Amino acid sequence: MISRLETTDVLVIGGGLAGERCAIEAAAAGHQATILSLVPPRRSHSCAAQGGMQASLGNCVKAEGDNPTVHFLDTVRGSDWGADQEVANIFAEEAPIAVRELAHYGVPWSRVRGGRNDYFIKGEEVQIDEALENDGLIGQRDFGGTAKWRACYAAAGTGHAALYAVDSEVLRLGVTVRDRTEAVSLIHDGSRCLGAVVRCLRSGRYFAVLAKAIVIATGGYGRIYGQYTSNATINEGTGAAIALATGVVPLGNMEAVQFHPTTLSPSGILVTEGCRGDGGYLLDKNGNRFMVEAEPEKQELASRDVVSRHMVQCIRDGNGVDSPYGPHLWLDIRHLGEEHLRTKLLEVWDICRDFAGLNPAEELVPVRPTQHYSMGGVRVNKDGEAYGLAGLFAVGEAACWDMHGFNRLGGNSLAETLVSGRLVGARVAEHASGATLRADTGVAFGALADAERQASDWLARTGNGPGVYEIRDALGEIMMSKVGIFRNADELGEAVAEIRQQLDDCDNAVLRCKDPGVNPELSFALRLKGMLRLALTVAMGAEARTESRGAHFRTDFPLRNDRDWLNRTLVRWGADDSDPSFAYEPTGLIDLPPGHRGYGSDERIEMAQTLDDYNESVLTEQRAHGRLDSVDAMGSRLRRGEWQAVAT
Amino acid sequence: MSDEKQTALRRLRFEVFRFNPEDEHSAPHTDVFEIDETPFMSLYIALSQIRETLDPGLQFDFACRSATCGSCGMMVNGRPALACRTLTADLPEDIQLYPLPTFKLIGDLSVDTGTWFREMAERTESWIHERMPFDPDATEERMSDDIAAAIYEGDRCIECGCCVASCGIANLDGEFLAAAGLNRIARFMMDPRDQRSEADWFEVVAGDQGVFGCVGMMACADVCPKELPLLEVYAYLRRRTLGARFVAKSDKRNTA
Repeated sequence: MISRLETTDVLVIGGGLAGERCAIEAAAAGHQATILSLVPPRRSHSCAAQGGMQASLGNCVKAEGDNPTVHFLDTVRGSDWGADQEVANIFAEEAPIAVRELAHYGVPWSRVRGGRNDYFIKGEEVQIDEALENDGLIGQRDFGGTAKWRACYAAAGTGHAALYAVDSEVLRLGVTVRDRTEAVSLIHDGSRCLGAVVRCLRSGRYFAVLAKAIVIATGGYGRIYGQYTSNATINEGTGAAIALATGVVPLGNMEAVQFHPTTLSPSGILVTEGCRGDGGYLLDKNGNRFMVEAEPEKQELASRDVVSRHMVQCIRDGNGVDSPYGPHLWLDIRHLGEEHLRTKLLEVWDICRDFAGLNPAEELVPVRPTQHYSMGGVRVNKDGEAYGLAGLFAVGEAACWDMHGFNRLGGNSLAETLVSGRLVGARVAEHASGATLRADTGVAFGALADAERQASDWLARTGNGPGVYEIRDALGEIMMSKVGIFRNADELGEAVAEIRQQLDDCDNAVLRCKDPGVNPELSFALRLKGMLRLALTVAMGAEARTESRGAHFRTDFPLRNDRDWLNRTLVRWGADDSDPSFAYEPTGLIDLPPGHRGYGSDERIEMAQTLDDYNESVLTEQRAHGRLDSVDAMGSRLRRGEWQAVAT
Repeated sequence: MSDEKQTALRRLRFEVFRFNPEDEHSAPHTDVFEIDETPFMSLYIALSQIRETLDPGLQFDFACRSATCGSCGMMVNGRPALACRTLTADLPEDIQLYPLPTFKLIGDLSVDTGTWFREMAERTESWIHERMPFDPDATEERMSDDIAAAIYEGDRCIECGCCVASCGIANLDGEFLAAAGLNRIARFMMDPRDQRSEADWFEVVAGDQGVFGCVGMMACADVCPKELPLLEVYAYLRRRTLGARFVAKSDKRNTA
């Protein structure tokens, strides 16, 4: 029997890598930590990360000269200058520690083999002698948008190996894990977050958990793209949705949505960038490597936003391969050979066999770009504190910390989960040490009653309204066709109108299942409104942003506009408002001045302000929009100008 | 799979186990659902379609739908399998779906594998037993790529529970560690970072609920969706454990 009201020191909502790593930090500091997870934590979507985790260890020949500053530069260029450079800098510095810590937890990282190694680089078979003295150090593979080989990996199951190792540490520390539970709302008093209302996904019963610190670590919102996503079915953006529902916590850069170039057609299952990192090609229907002409320098290893756009353009130019599910392109990894595919890319081998019935050592793999990652999320400062509510934190993909800006580099998300989990976890622990548990039972029971009323309203509603899955499927079609890889004002306007209509439809939707217990249809229905609201913030944010930056590409505004749009979108949804409201804050302190990314277009609208003026405006502006103070003074971790020593 | 399997699309008949423990009026029974097969239809697609069009109360678990997360183990025509990677083209028109045995039923096809695996991990202390704290400033310890690959092989288990459900012993003795537990032990035993000695492992691995409880029917190896080399795992554990017995005895003599 579940008690109606529980307490803990630190409540972590989400049991993936970021949430678990955060809970470890809190537990190690002596706090009682409780993790809520939709699924047993090892089934979280972190387990599906395949190819690697970026950290500038520089252990192999093609990684020589790598260091956190080079990683920082790649990350900022990858973000199309949308990243908070201070955060990107902290991240790049800490990533090697995170990788080594995972080795300490037990991850069997693939290691450097001293002596002759065979690689494929830009279409050529290359032999490289790895230094014998580096034998046995953690190895790196190439990934997109990076100057050096930097992705540390465990075959093509890096996320799985990392998640199992981190979860083993959660076990060792005795962290309480409540699997099959879902936080359905945050309990707060308008200025402080007190806990969460939770629904048990075994019984359908509700309870409230009060805590000194609450962490949102629920991952991305890819499922608002319906079937057009590589994300797991559980990536419905529940954490971002309950933060938005507070009315006071803003989400950042919701329109920044990544599309991964290579997901299996038609199922959308991810095929790692490691395939191209290890030398795989993209081919059109005539067998041409179209990326060589499009991006002579980086070829298949330009950033994901750039490669995805070239792929869609290639298909629009009539060079896609027709199939009953629509056109696709080919990924060619045959030349890597069966031995390589069955060791370093084993998971890709399995996926090709199980889901496409093909042997990638002999056959081409049908691929197309699909929604993959949410750069946007709960806006937090560099300590991971959400704007607007004290005691509320967010980490990982659920957060907009914001090291990814408008395009995340492959392998940077796994690294972010561990780095931010570690750093934010320390802040969470500090916060919990200095806070007293406020058992405001009145507020808690009120929130509990509200949540229960929502469920009973759904169950009581009758009539001929639409079904919840109908609305979900239509939303996916709207998002992919009108808020997808290429965007324009007309289609975005249509999408906004259609999603608004869907929000009305949702209020009239009717459940067909009234079974007691968890009731899977009710479980989904309870998330649907939150998903629609997130979708509206994405579409409206994209409509408002009249420029192209990273993964946000406007055919009617094809240039990056550093004069008007070097900023971050903040969106709130006031409790009684029918529409979300938008505000903008400067991207953050700029160290590396906006310039050419090294791939993609070199045309842009230049900044009008000087860098110094821009940087001066940062603090004032962010404060005006509710930014919380950080423990470290702003800019304290940014060693300005250091990049000049390594920039090429 | 062959093309001809995909061209002859059929009317599929699913017989699905039903029971909702949260509903006092519910009693265990089966329901029959019929749907049209589509190309490359997996049980994930089929079950989602059944739930969304025929019976919205049907309970089952999927997350990654790419054979990575291990959520969707179930009995498919009497055999434990990961539903997401099971294609209807590889099955007859009549498909029986039951929940995995040996795990607590949550409802219909959904079972509580999470609790089983957490308890197993606690019993086997599934974490690196290392004596030195982590030093953030130190370079990583070296490991040969071959050893890393061998550990990775053992780490590939996705905790789907198919091996447990297939195991004759686990079906009789709820405490038996089964393939998933034994593989977990082997994974940590072969890891040079783990400081546990054979003697530390002896209690958990050598009893009837450990490797010597296995009678070698090896259904686990037949059903493992990750094709883990379980026969080799058991041979490795027996070898290491027999060695441990001698160590344990000689330890006793020394202390006596």
